[in-house]
Amino acid sequence: MSLATEIKFTLNGRPVAVRVPVTMKTLTMLRDLLGLTGTKYACGEGECGACTVKVDGKTLNSCLMHAVDCDGREVVTIEGLKTPEGMNPMQRAFVDHGAVQCGFCMPGMIMQADYLVGENPNLTREDAQRGLEGNLCRCTGYTKVLDAVGSVVEQKCCGRC
Amino acid sequence: MEQKVATPIEKKTLIGSRVKKPDAADKATGKTRYINDMVLPQMLIGKVLFAGRPHAKIVSIDVSAAERLPGVHAVLTGKDAAGLKFGFVRDNVPLKEKVLCEHDEIAAVAADTEEIALKALELIKVEYEDLPAVFSPEAGREASAPQLRENFPDNKSLRFEFKHGDLATAEAASDFIADNIFRPHHVTHCCMGTSCAIADFDNNGKLTIWTQTQYPYNYKMDLAPALGIAPGDIRVIQPPVGGAFGSKLDVYPYEPIAALLARKTGRPVKVIYSREEEFKASPTRQAAIIHMRTGCTRDGTLTFRSADVLLDNGAYTSWGPTIPVIMMRTTSGHYRVPVVDFQAQAIYTNNPYAGSFRGYGNVQTTFATAQQMDILADQVDIDPLAFHLKNAQKSGEVTPQKSFLRECVLAECLETAARASDYSRKRAAYAAERGKPGRYKKGIGLASSIHNAGGAKIHKSDGIGTILKVDDYARVTVITGASEIGQGIDAVINLIVAEELGVPLEHITIINNDSDIAPWDVGVHASRTTFIAGNGTRRAARKAKAQILKAAEKMLGEPAAALELRGGSVVRDQCGTPLIKLDRLLRQMHFQAEPELVMVTDYYEPNSQPEGADHVSDHSAAYSHAVHIAEITVDTLTGEIKVDKITSAQDVGRVINRMGLEAQTEGGIAIGLGYALSENMQLEGGMLKNPCFRDYKLITAPEMPELEMHFIESHCAEGPYGAKGVSELPTIVIAPAIANALFNATGVRIFNPPLSPEKVARAIHETRQGGN
Repeated sequence: MSLATEIKFTLNGRPVAVRVPVTMKTLTMLRDLLGLTGTKYACGEGECGACTVKVDGKTLNSCLMHAVDCDGREVVTIEGLKTPEGMNPMQRAFVDHGAVQCGFCMPGMIMQADYLVGENPNLTREDAQRGLEGNLCRCTGYTKVLDAVGSVVEQKCCGRC
Repeated sequence: MEQKVATPIEKKTLIGSRVKKPDAADKATGKTRYINDMVLPQMLIGKVLFAGRPHAKIVSIDVSAAERLPGVHAVLTGKDAAGLKFGFVRDNVPLKEKVLCEHDEIAAVAADTEEIALKALELIKVEYEDLPAVFSPEAGREASAPQLRENFPDNKSLRFEFKHGDLATAEAASDFIADNIFRPHHVTHCCMGTSCAIADFDNNGKLTIWTQTQYPYNYKMDLAPALGIAPGDIRVIQPPVGGAFGSKLDVYPYEPIAALLARKTGRPVKVIYSREEEFKASPTRQAAIIHMRTGCTRDGTLTFRSADVLLDNGAYTSWGPTIPVIMMRTTSGHYRVPVVDFQAQAIYTNNPYAGSFRGYGNVQTTFATAQQMDILADQVDIDPLAFHLKNAQKSGEVTPQKSFLRECVLAECLETAARASDYSRKRAAYAAERGKPGRYKKGIGLASSIHNAGGAKIHKSDGIGTILKVDDYARVTVITGASEIGQGIDAVINLIVAEELGVPLEHITIINNDSDIAPWDVGVHASRTTFIAGNGTRRAARKAKAQILKAAEKMLGEPAAALELRGGSVVRDQCGTPLIKLDRLLRQMHFQAEPELVMVTDYYEPNSQPEGADHVSDHSAAYSHAVHIAEITVDTLTGEIKVDKITSAQDVGRVINRMGLEAQTEGGIAIGLGYALSENMQLEGGMLKNPCFRDYKLITAPEMPELEMHFIESHCAEGPYGAKGVSELPTIVIAPAIANALFNATGVRIFNPPLSPEKVARAIHETRQGGN
């Protein structure tokens, strides 16, 4: 067993303390130590986006980030997007637009889409296409994914701003 | 009690509406527990040692150090699997004593953790003696080629043949003949969820296997010989999977390996692939060399089509080399082809081996047939649309293989796609621009194909069993053989039950993931599930409805024929007046003097004939056509093709779940685009050089073109509500549409996909030099 160390961070709004091997990746910590299996392994090399999480408000591939680097930071996973009131608007839009087929890439895709719309409330379809380039999907052809993202942008424009 | 006037419940149909997948919310929130996420108490992790060389003798194998490593519970080698033959022609074993391809499984370890299992693999010492190898089917059939398999002296694996009419006469009667060699390449499924199986034996010798399989019932038959047990002693559980696309239509070695490790250790064992292992060790799409010839007369009437196909069997025989069954249907049956000569021979090589993959053989064939249609139209000098229309079949025609095109709307598909894309005008305009200067050239290309759309009777049965119950609270449970692998049969079943029984979609539960519970089905393949399971569900629901309305007749004193189920109530069909709540009626049925429960069974067998040795049979209960028109921009300097728009027109029979249909079409197109433009397994000496997403390029969001989809409704008499199967055609037709557009833009043709920038640029360059 490799050298381990204890880290403390905020996970989906709750404080956690966990002892992690220094070589462990954030993805493995989330799935194997903390039981949050919503974040997916699909390549382990930062090429597919299935393991996308938010760290301090920015999305990144959790398969590339060492778990020890979560220390003191704020991590949000797909499980953390949902509130007691229900799914977040991006999750709801993906469901309503039929963007989910096998769904395996969707946690990462939704995290990235939610981040993009948060960063740019006037996100265009082309912006979304570029912003989701690092998230591979084999089922959907991205069309319904982009429809879903577009609907959230529209809601934002008509509703809250 | 005061009698209220009940509000009538309107008659509303759900057919053609947009129904959400019932599992979407759990998937979108990370709640779904995929097989990849599963952990069982006491579970061990299994890892496989791959040969990493294409052809070799195993001189010695020493596992003693691995066995001594703390945390290791079992190490298995080829000796432990001797005689456990499985596969389509029983030419595979779970663990090998001789190496025939790079990903041959040489040893397997079960350990407490993946880290320990990987460490143990490193401790296994294998001494190999490399042997001369075969890396192409042409090389494999040469007399000097090394013999790869004991019982196959010429390296010849499966062979298929179909002939109809006199070829020599037809050739003589042809004014034009297109004659080309096409080389469809190796690609792979790239399921986002990597391959995974969890196996556990009980103390009576019964195996439970959690697997990604998409054919749970024949799977038992295929897995049993790999373990030396009876098929009946296998329970198949199918947790949610991260895609399949045909890759899980056979048993692959990691599954019996998980079971062998479980048997040896007495504990559950999970084998799960890394992405690199997935690339190397999962099946491919069948690679082939297709020598196709198509003839026609001066007026554009097809005279014959011949295809001489050489298939790269790879090291073992899975479903890949069986694709001629479908290749010949398109060769013989797409457009009115009076004379047909088809033959295919698979040759063992030391390459990875192919399984089935969405579009099964038809992706490769249509790449050839649809380009030759374009080539011939050019030779005859007519608009390809007119050429296609001239040879298009009409309803009621029968192909030389006896595919009965009962409802055929090929002409309507052609006209719809052409009109919507302004095909003929654009094609002429772009062709006129072809020789002129300018770096970027636009092109438009048309392609079409035929595919089975009502199952395919390649087994003795193409049927499905359904059990349906309606409980005391009017909640419906459908227990069905139909597997859900992401394609959306769950939403279709919900829609059909709601349509027939008038219950809310949310009140329906589907049980379809346990072979000990759900009845027989052939599996998710051949674009069959909506057709077959849709019919099975509808028939079962109608039986339940008949029972309910009969009981209502007795209780209410109104004739069953005048009653309907709507909005959770029994209503008068004419006016919609609700008479009794369905749940109340069901409880009354249950608690009356002669109690009854609503639980019905159904077995549906489609009206199709088994595929015989002569390949002459109406093997599907329906056939359908699709037309794609691709509009592209070619950068003639870099060779890069940008697909601007795809206009599709497909015979779907009838739209059932519009949202699911769109989703299947869009996703199918994306897989077709990857095949056409960028995906390529780079095999050098049988070794995969690009086992990662960085180097094996899937289509990403920015590359997705604008899609305009037209669903043509031919109202199939046998299909549920008139529907036909839909999911494969969108993948099948896309590559040749782009290839034809490339010709329109540049005058260049490419016969070996993918149409990568390098190939396109080189071909343009060579054409220009040739012109000088």
